[in-house]
Amino acid sequence: MSTIAFIVIAIFTLAGALAAACLRKLIHAALCLVVAFLGLAAFYFLLGAEFVGLVQVFVYVGAVAVLIVFTILLTRRVDEDTGGINWAGAAVAAIVFGGLAWAIYRTPSLAISSSPIEALTVKQIGETLMTSYVWPLQCVGVLLTAALIGALVLVMEERR
Amino acid sequence: MSGNSVDQAFVSLKHWILSLGFISSAPDWVQMIASSLLNISAVLGVFMGLFALISVLERKILGRIQNRYGPNRVGPFGLFQPIADGIKLLIKEDIVPARADKVVHFLAPILMAAPAILALGVIPYGRNMTAISIDGGILFFFAVGSATELAVFMAGWGSNNKFSMLGAMRAIAQMVSYELPLIITVLPVVMIVGSLSADGIVEAQAGYSHGFIPRWFVCTPWGAAAFLLFFVSGLVESNRTPFDMPEGESEIVAGHMTEYSGFKYAIFFLAEYFGMFAVSGLAVTLFLGGWHAPLPFLEFVPSYVWFFAKLSVLLFVFIWIRGTLPRMRVDHVMNFAWKFMMPMAFTCILAAAVWHYQAHGWAGWLWSLAIVIAVYLVLSRFLQTGKNLSTRTYRFAE
Repeated sequence: MSTIAFIVIAIFTLAGALAAACLRKLIHAALCLVVAFLGLAAFYFLLGAEFVGLVQVFVYVGAVAVLIVFTILLTRRVDEDTGGINWAGAAVAAIVFGGLAWAIYRTPSLAISSSPIEALTVKQIGETLMTSYVWPLQCVGVLLTAALIGALVLVMEERR
Repeated sequence: MSGNSVDQAFVSLKHWILSLGFISSAPDWVQMIASSLLNISAVLGVFMGLFALISVLERKILGRIQNRYGPNRVGPFGLFQPIADGIKLLIKEDIVPARADKVVHFLAPILMAAPAILALGVIPYGRNMTAISIDGGILFFFAVGSATELAVFMAGWGSNNKFSMLGAMRAIAQMVSYELPLIITVLPVVMIVGSLSADGIVEAQAGYSHGFIPRWFVCTPWGAAAFLLFFVSGLVESNRTPFDMPEGESEIVAGHMTEYSGFKYAIFFLAEYFGMFAVSGLAVTLFLGGWHAPLPFLEFVPSYVWFFAKLSVLLFVFIWIRGTLPRMRVDHVMNFAWKFMMPMAFTCILAAAVWHYQAHGWAGWLWSLAIVIAVYLVLSRFLQTGKNLSTRTYRFAE
C-alpha cells in the first residue's frame, strides 16, 4: 500500500515541478509549484515525519507560495514568458541533478534496510529544539526578526 | 451507566457499522478506508446541516436585531429557506468571464472550501469523537488554514477583474496580519498543556477547582485575554463583519467573489461559514474546555451536546456582532493588528508563564491579571495619541 502511495505522490510531485518549470504564465508556474510543495509534505507524512510535513505545508504553501505569487504580481509588467528555452537554467538544473544523483548513489546506508525508527512526537522535537539546539534556534529567530525590520525600513524609505 | 452509553452512542454506532460482516471480513486497508469515510461523512453531514440551519438563523437573528421578521415564508418559521436557496443557486446561470483564467477561476472555490472542511477534522466533538486524531492537531489546523490565502488570491487573479484583485489583496493583507495574533494566542495554551494535540488540550481542562469552577483556560486572566484576541482574529480570518472589507459591497462590489455566480458563489459562502465553524470550534477546544460540562452535576449530559452548545453560543456572538458593528476602515484594521493585537498576544504568553511558575495558584492568577491589565492600559494610553484617529489623508483622490 505504501508503495502505491509513493508512486502516486511521486507522479503528482514530479508533474507539479515539471509544470512549474515549463508553463509560460508565471502565476500558473507558481501555483504548480504549490502542488510540488504539497507532494513533498505528503512524502514526509508517508515517512512518519508528521511534524515536518505539517511545517512544510504551513511554511511553503501558506507563506512562501503567497510570497512568490505577490513577488510576480508586484514586480512584473508582463507576466508571460515568451522566450525559448533558458539554456543557462537548464544547465544549472542538470548540474544540480547530477550532483544530487551522484551523492545519493554514493550513500552507502541506502542499501541497508534499517530497522523501523520510532516516530518522534512533537513534544520530543520541541524539547530537543529548546535544549540541545537552543542557540541555532535563537540565531534563526534573530535573523528573521532582522529581515522583518529590514523589510519595514525599506518600505518606510519609499514613503518619505 | 446509562449516561455513558448515550455519551458514546455515536462511537458505538461507528464500531457497530465497522463490525458488520462484509466490512470486518475485508482486508485491513478496506477497514481503514471505511473508518475514514464514516468519520468524513459524519463531519460533513453534521456541518452541512448546521450550515443550512445557521444560514436561516442568521437572517432571522439579523432581522430581529433590525426590528423585522426575517425569512418566514418557506416552511414552518421559514426553516425550509435553505432548501429554496440551494435550489435557486443550483439552477442559476454560471457565468465565467471571457477574459478570465478559466482553470484558476474554477479551482479557487474548491481550494477555498477544502481547507475549511479539513480543519474541522481535528476538533474533538465529544469524548472519543475526533475525526483525525493526530499528535500535531493544532498545527494541522493552521497548516491547512494557511492554504486559504492562496485560494483567495486565485479567485482574485483568475477573475481578471480589478475589483476582484483589490478585494483579494485586502483579504490576503488582513489574513496574513491576523494569522500572527491568531497563532500566538494559541501558544500559551500549548505551552501550559505541553501538547499540540486537540485531545490533550481538552483533557487538560477536565475537572473543577473548589468543586465548581471549571478548569477551563478562559477562567484564567491570560486565558480570557487570549480567548478575546483569538476570537477577534477569528472574526478577521473568516472575513466577518466588522472586518469584511475584502467583500465590502459599497466599495469594491464583492471583492474576490465579484465574478462568481451561481453555485460557485455558494461554495464561497459555504467556505466562509465552515471557516467560522472551524475557528469557533477551535476556540471552544482551546479555551472553553472542549466537550467538558461547565458544572459537576451537569456531567450526565452527553459530551457532544456541550460542545455544540458552546459552539452555538460563539456562532450567535458572530451574528450578534454582525448585526451591531459597522465595517472598519482598512488602515484601522491593519494598525489594530500590528500595534494592539500583537503586543497583547505576546503579553498572554508572558502572563501564562507567570501563572504556570506560580503553580497555577491564586498568586499566579493575580500576577497574570496584573500583567495583562498593565500592558492593556499602557497600550491603550500609548496608542490614544489622537494621530491614529485623525481623518485619513488621501493620496490618490481629492
